[in-house]
Amino acid sequence: MANQASIDWSGVNGRGGQLSANSPLDQGGHQQSVIRQVSIIGGKGRDGLHDAIDRLDLNMGDVVSVVGPTGSGKTTLINDMELFADGDTPTGRRILINGETPPEVFRDDPSRNPIALITQHTSFLSDLPVDVFLHTHAGIRRSSSREADELVRQTLDFANQLTGEPISLSSSMTELSGGQTRSLLIADATIICDTPIVLLDEVENAGINRSRALELLRGYKKIFIFVTHDPRIALLSDYRIILRDGRIADVLKTDARERALAPTVARFDDVLSDIRDRLRQGLRIENFDFGDVA
Amino acid sequence: MKLAICAGTATTGKSALLHHVIPRLQRRGWSVAFLKIDVQYADEDERFARDFSIPTRKVYSGDLCPDHCNVMVLGDAVQWAEKSGADILLVETAGLCLRCAPYVDRGLGIVVVEATSGMNLPRKIGPILSLADIAVVTKIDRVSQAEREVFRARIMEAAPQVRIREVNALHGIGVDPIADAIARQPDIDAELTLRGNPPVGTCTICVGKKTIGWQSHFGVVRALENQTFYRGE
Repeated sequence: MANQASIDWSGVNGRGGQLSANSPLDQGGHQQSVIRQVSIIGGKGRDGLHDAIDRLDLNMGDVVSVVGPTGSGKTTLINDMELFADGDTPTGRRILINGETPPEVFRDDPSRNPIALITQHTSFLSDLPVDVFLHTHAGIRRSSSREADELVRQTLDFANQLTGEPISLSSSMTELSGGQTRSLLIADATIICDTPIVLLDEVENAGINRSRALELLRGYKKIFIFVTHDPRIALLSDYRIILRDGRIADVLKTDARERALAPTVARFDDVLSDIRDRLRQGLRIENFDFGDVA
Repeated sequence: MKLAICAGTATTGKSALLHHVIPRLQRRGWSVAFLKIDVQYADEDERFARDFSIPTRKVYSGDLCPDHCNVMVLGDAVQWAEKSGADILLVETAGLCLRCAPYVDRGLGIVVVEATSGMNLPRKIGPILSLADIAVVTKIDRVSQAEREVFRARIMEAAPQVRIREVNALHGIGVDPIADAIARQPDIDAELTLRGNPPVGTCTICVGKKTIGWQSHFGVVRALENQTFYRGE
């Protein structure tokens, strides 16, 4: 994977490798096509120390991990982004869109909230059939019914690549399994939602194909932020934001060595998943073949 | 003094929201007093007094609709809050039938609705939403982005002039603009008037008398100090 992190320490807008502009959504001429970059202007943590960055530019197409222990300020960072902080939150951080302070309407209009959010607690409450549900969501985008049909088709196709159990359009939302639900949540937030940023907060243990998910997400011109403890996701990200004591302590670009290590970590992870599956099926796991991993 | 009335059914997150709003107002230098109106049980008065060292009161409406109770006691409560030296009175009340709205002129009306209550909720509730200044949507992390967006679109359709704020009231995400709106609110007038028309009924509030204060009403009335008593012929 030849992705370059586009970390900009100085404020000069450097642009990294992958700006994959092939998302079908880009032709719609709506929000994402105008927002090219979201920047964080550093503030300070609870201890009064400054963020380790003066400015961090998140460009469309970036896959970013946010890591740090509980209470380290991950939620606060998300709060700053959701609010388009302008030096008026406890951290004093500022959020810029395309290098400029966003207009007041961005802060006042919740439909301009830049973040689509999926957490480990997120689920579908609706009992509508999948088809009707997705059309209801696509419908509020006021696209034509032909466009809505296309969005729904793409969403389902995306979701089905993440889950092992195909989702049928006629099944009820509440009948979906955990893995199907998680896959559809991600697909819907990526394809039908109008937000430039999709935040996935600790969704790792969700029965989805994570490597495939990251591969697919890179095809969409959005910023994907994973709040994660999962080494596999962290190493497949372009860079990771490290939080400590409420401040951004560091930003680490995934380097060549880490990228080279990622497949091994993924195999470890697969081995563990396999063990998990066997335990679930009531099998014994003695004489397990760890292959070249151990 | 400024007044903000926060309404919404039980367990939507009104108290969680105000628990984040109060320290934000205090950091901006405001003195806050808090009144809780509930039907038969509430402990937020004790909690807020302990956590923020502010004057707090509670009133149980009992057989009275909480919004009626609000009309009765609010006049007294404003005086009490002024005597306590508060700049801002926050009132939290459970809107039960959703047909009344407890908001008054020049007071900020905040309705708290939870995203988990289903995409049709904004179409089901009346003046408690449409007469509010701000609709605060809680529990946004619990529902799919799709349901959150449809919920939002339907509030805009049912109450186009209401400002919407989506918050995580547990962690205080998105709360700052609500504290700002309260702080920007003008002071209230000496005479308070209910913003909307109450539904048809038989007590003086039910038949449409909107003047605040039990002194202006007949039938079963209630003062902040006294519990229920009868006033009239």
